Amino acid sequence: MSESSPEADVVQRGSFALTVRRLRRDTASMAALCVILAVILLAIIAPWVAGVTGHSPIEQFRETGLSPAGIPVGPGAEFWLGTDQLGRDVLVRLAYGARVSLLVGVFASMLASLIAVVVGTTAGYFGGTVDLVLSRLTDLVMSVPFLLCALALVSAFGPSLMLSVIVIVFFSWAPMARVIRGQVISLRRQDFVLASRSLGAGPLSIMVVDILPNLAVPIIVYTTMQIPNSIVFEATLSFLGMGIVPPTPSWGGMLADASSNSLYLVAWWLIFVPGTALLMTTLAFNILGDGLRDALDPKSARTVRRLKRRPKAGAKP
Amino acid sequence: MIRFLASRVGFGAGVLLVLSAFVFFLFFVAPGDPARMIAGDKATESQLQQIRKNLGVDRPIIVQYGAFMQKALSGDLGFSYRNQQPVAPIILRRIPVTLSLVLGGALLWLSIGVPIGIMSARHVGSLRDRLGQAFILVGLSFPTFVLGMMSLYLLYFMPRQAGFTLFPAGGYKALTSDPLVWAWHLVLPWTTLALTMAAIYARLTRGQMLDVMGEDYIRTARAKGLSERRVVWKHGLRAALTPLVTQLGADIALLLGGVIVIEQVYGLQGVGALAVQAVANQDRPIIIGVVLLGGLFIVIANIVVDLLYVLLDPRVR
Repeated sequence: MSESSPEADVVQRGSFALTVRRLRRDTASMAALCVILAVILLAIIAPWVAGVTGHSPIEQFRETGLSPAGIPVGPGAEFWLGTDQLGRDVLVRLAYGARVSLLVGVFASMLASLIAVVVGTTAGYFGGTVDLVLSRLTDLVMSVPFLLCALALVSAFGPSLMLSVIVIVFFSWAPMARVIRGQVISLRRQDFVLASRSLGAGPLSIMVVDILPNLAVPIIVYTTMQIPNSIVFEATLSFLGMGIVPPTPSWGGMLADASSNSLYLVAWWLIFVPGTALLMTTLAFNILGDGLRDALDPKSARTVRRLKRRPKAGAKP
Repeated sequence: MIRFLASRVGFGAGVLLVLSAFVFFLFFVAPGDPARMIAGDKATESQLQQIRKNLGVDRPIIVQYGAFMQKALSGDLGFSYRNQQPVAPIILRRIPVTLSLVLGGALLWLSIGVPIGIMSARHVGSLRDRLGQAFILVGLSFPTFVLGMMSLYLLYFMPRQAGFTLFPAGGYKALTSDPLVWAWHLVLPWTTLALTMAAIYARLTRGQMLDVMGEDYIRTARAKGLSERRVVWKHGLRAALTPLVTQLGADIALLLGGVIVIEQVYGLQGVGALAVQAVANQDRPIIIGVVLLGGLFIVIANIVVDLLYVLLDPRVR
């Protein structure tokens, strides 16, 4: 490589290729990505796991899965990750629970981002009364005790998957809308927006064609960072008995089962299995979000530092 | 200044108005008959009619809401469906538990989070910074109830199996009876709360300190020959205080509305546990009361924070 002519070394890379390159150099992000892919794989192969073990997620094995005293069986050959208080296979439930966590986490986060982008862009672009009304609305949503309101909503309509998603979306879009609004306010004064307007573009066209592409970085980073929040929000609702309705497996619901009657004190796997799964998933998304922010935004602190350090390291004898 | 304050109070009143209307109308459109909840399944139709009349739920919703708000302003939040006792004292009885948990927790999370943030910022890129960042990521990702259940298992149950009691399993002992017993019972809940919250404060402090430490007046302070400790803690931290105070006010207010998850895990009978029980019992007046109280805390905290700004940052004046 070093022997080749200087021209051959220069490769033109698009911003996407550069981002991927920066991301691939970040070992923490790559490890996080592997964890996320593993969880996705677990969710996909859930029926296969059920097939291999021969246990359906809601089947109760009262003969083999519970001790004569009714205590759950620990991890072993028959039940790889043990059983729960009803003699159900924890591994199979974990796999099906991953589906709920990922679906709710990703879907709710994308929906929240969509609302945030629409509200933030509209408020930032039009300014004036529109901005005042939308900003006040954002403030209002942010100054509401959200978990209490979520409890009130659930107690009024009864828990369901749909309601969980609605509650998460409703209380998640506001902070991102604020960030988007700030970005749009500075973007709309830029020359390319003026140029577009002088060519006769309408507000909708300017917002979608000219401004939206410039918001790609905050949108991607915030959506990624919102996913772990949504996952924890869903798990918390299920833990309080106000999310996914049993017997459908969900990680929060599994932890709630373990917590009732303090059952987990005699069966550690009931908290450490779904608890670790939950922690690893949220941690992975948070690390990936950090990594994406640094990779997408080369001006950010960490990248600048790395660039600064490089010549110094080379100068060392 | 007065105008600014008036607008903040106005917005706060608006928040409470919207919030009260939200929960009130929510339960009006929700399925379920309060008379049936009070009287049980065996009640006859005429008994139900009588109960509806007593409750006033046979009147138009607007009239009900008006009557409710009129009483609420004088501190009368109606009666619990469950045991017919007035709602306000039921909630007030729970406040000491939640208050102990939140204030003690806040003290602890500040004394963990802020030093970690400062340490991280002072040694950017070093091993210490990486450790600080790792603490932040793990703390942000750890679902509170998972951390709570794991610490109960590791610090209460495992020592007890080994034959000694390290910490109690939970429950609340009044501060007035014995401060030591009170604190001992709250150590685990405090730590659980503080570890998850400290991450937010460490990240905030780190970001602020990184910004501030490059400023000219910090160089001036160093040039004056001040010790590094004085430069960091006195001159540097001062500028980082404003966002910390905002965050602290918001967090304390939000948590005073009920540290729902931690109270649930550790069996503390605070406001949050009350909310969960009320949802399970469909005790709507209590749910409305707790949501309004939570909203009130947030509104008050916002105003206090705005006032503190003026004291802390002369530029706002």
